[in-house]
Amino acid sequence: MKCRVCREPAVIDVRRHNANFCHEHFLRLCRDQTAKAIADFSMIERGERVLVAVSGGKDSLALWDLLIELGYEVDGLYIGLGIGGYSDDSGAAAQAFASDRGLTLRVVDLRRDHGFDVPTAAAVTRRVPCSACGLSKRHLFDRAALEGGYDVVATGHNLDDEAAVLFGNALRWQVEYLARQAPVLPAGAGFPRKVKPLVRLAERETAAYCVLRGIDYQVEECPMAAGNKHLGYKEALNRIEETSPGSKHDFYFGFLDRLAPLIQTAAAEARPDLAVCSSCGAPSSGEVCAFCRLQERTEGAEAVPVSLGRARKRPRP
Amino acid sequence: MLLRNPRRELAVDGPLSVVALLQRLEVAPGSVLVIADGTLVPVDAILADDADVEIRPVISGGS
Repeated sequence: MKCRVCREPAVIDVRRHNANFCHEHFLRLCRDQTAKAIADFSMIERGERVLVAVSGGKDSLALWDLLIELGYEVDGLYIGLGIGGYSDDSGAAAQAFASDRGLTLRVVDLRRDHGFDVPTAAAVTRRVPCSACGLSKRHLFDRAALEGGYDVVATGHNLDDEAAVLFGNALRWQVEYLARQAPVLPAGAGFPRKVKPLVRLAERETAAYCVLRGIDYQVEECPMAAGNKHLGYKEALNRIEETSPGSKHDFYFGFLDRLAPLIQTAAAEARPDLAVCSSCGAPSSGEVCAFCRLQERTEGAEAVPVSLGRARKRPRP
Repeated sequence: MLLRNPRRELAVDGPLSVVALLQRLEVAPGSVLVIADGTLVPVDAILADDADVEIRPVISGGS
């Protein structure tokens, strides 16, 4: 295999571009695709302060590295979710990345700072762990960005993530969710602006970027994510992509180009008016926001091992 | 050879192409990276008998 750009030996194939790339030109492709996403969707202005949501995995560390390479002012925020050895390893990867490069990493620990962790929250609420995890991360990233004076929160959602979420939302025609599935969510009503600069890169590319840049990320999968719907949607889309390269890109960007503009009005009308949480001051559809309610429900609960937190339904005592 | 998620090791005789190895393991090429002796290698690479190979999955969960 030869690099499409320089004809030197390639290190990776990118089938949806029908091209192969050498080390140097693959890294350039990743930078160019990220810069194009930022420009096309007006994600970040020069001089703005960016807070990257860092999990210690390939996407968030690749994103942090790419934004620094592109010249942005970027700090990271890592949230300790209390998922046993997995959290220990992912936290260590995030810390090592930051300290090796002299970058600022803020850390919030759910157990230390808010009295619960994801396995315990999953067990107490009897819901899938990803529910408490996502809720906590969204709330804490918003809060940290506003308190820290950041202009924008950047997350490592890639093309595979966005295509899988779109697939799931379209399966049930969840119009409100579909309308909010944009690469940029503008700031407003107590929320910071949120951007997804990796939407033009597939997750195999963010992983390859990390390998080629020497970024030591958390490779192991979250033990609580196994078997979730999101992974099932990705597997289904990957089977389509295998025989029809470019399908995921066409699916997602076709949605953004053709369908998303048509459903904005309906979604805006259906959006609830937000009040302010009486406990923490965050935007909330009720008197108390979902995060504070979760914190209240888990108060005093004994810490649950990771394996038990995975259970979707547990018998009542 | 190191396989991940779950993490396990196995020995495979070489030389062998990456494509042939992935076919033997029934792994879709688009779902992994192949790293031989610490270097990312393309699907048409030939892996030496004594190569230290990692098959690294790239699909992650969560949303």
